[in-house]
Amino acid sequence: MKKPTRTPATDEQAGRVISNPNADLEQRRQALEDALAQRAPKRDAAEEGRQEGAGSGFGAALKMSSEFVAGILVGAGLGYLLDLLAGTTPWGLIVFLFLGFAAGVLNVLRAAGRVAQPADGARGERLRGNGAGD
Amino acid sequence: MANDPIKQFEITRIVPLENVAGLDLSFTNSSLFMVASVAAASAFLYFGSANRGLVPSRLQSMAELSYEFVASMLRDAAGTQGMRFFPFVFSLFMFVLFANMFGMFPYFFTVTSHIIVTFALAMLVIGTVVVYGFMKHGLKFLGLFVPEGVPGYLVPLVVLIEIISFLSRPISLSVRLFANMLAGHITLKVFAGFVVSLGALGAAGVAGAILPLIMVVAITALEFLVAFLQAYVFAVLTCMYLNDALHPSH
Repeated sequence: MKKPTRTPATDEQAGRVISNPNADLEQRRQALEDALAQRAPKRDAAEEGRQEGAGSGFGAALKMSSEFVAGILVGAGLGYLLDLLAGTTPWGLIVFLFLGFAAGVLNVLRAAGRVAQPADGARGERLRGNGAGD
Repeated sequence: MANDPIKQFEITRIVPLENVAGLDLSFTNSSLFMVASVAAASAFLYFGSANRGLVPSRLQSMAELSYEFVASMLRDAAGTQGMRFFPFVFSLFMFVLFANMFGMFPYFFTVTSHIIVTFALAMLVIGTVVVYGFMKHGLKFLGLFVPEGVPGYLVPLVVLIEIISFLSRPISLSVRLFANMLAGHITLKVFAGFVVSLGALGAAGVAGAILPLIMVVAITALEFLVAFLQAYVFAVLTCMYLNDALHPSH
């Protein structure tokens, strides 16, 4: 499982430099997991428990789907408007629909707490301090 | 159909004013329940705070509890600076909570089950964020869309995605509240309909109707929870978005 050709640059993106280019896959995955755990927004256990306990699975599903659908709708809407104004039918719609998909996925990841909020004020500063940013 | 699950969301005109300068300004059942929500919330807080007892009465401690609840939520999400938005967030929370709870009465109309109402509330929130953000920070507010540490060639793409993500907030905020209320009320109505139509089938039907009856009771309890939880979620998200307006920098 060794990849001696791997460049250190990709490891730097994972948040920390692994000096040995021959580090095996397991070790690199561990490093990536640590980096991701550091990047994820920290929530206190109390808030976590309250949301787990109170929100049913149904509520979580509605939340995620509304986030995702909203991203796509806004992307498609923007693309359509752009097409109307600039007369570039259908390219604006196509491009912005895909951007909308990306925004929807970003929304869902944020709602699930996998990616830090865009600006968490002072808290965001602390979370962002140890990584290269998102 | 006797028990059409959608019929409960029908808008009916109570005071028809169908053409006022080209606009339909009729006073509908939706307007009536909005007025009722505002009146009930105001009465609750007015009478709760009328005595100002050192040892609070039950009503007063409920009013104090709701104040503390929203105030700590706002302080946690947006810091002490966020407290300038307290009247706004508290009004929103109380309005949504009372509208949701009014919807739980049989034969009452659920204001928040119409997307135009929740969308208007969400646009109010996002409008406040945008206007206040630009007033306070000027063009620096746009820094909200540029996450730091992104390689230069990716910035245009990331900024576009962040803008779409920002614009999708009012939609997801409103869709979440509206969909929860709509889906919950339809589910209730459908299960209650099962009880009636099974009960009409004779002895075996009545025995079979017990199961959906239990479901209706359980879902009613769940709906009370959802009614509160959605008001809470709406207020929490409002606080988070207001935090962006107060601290847009990275």
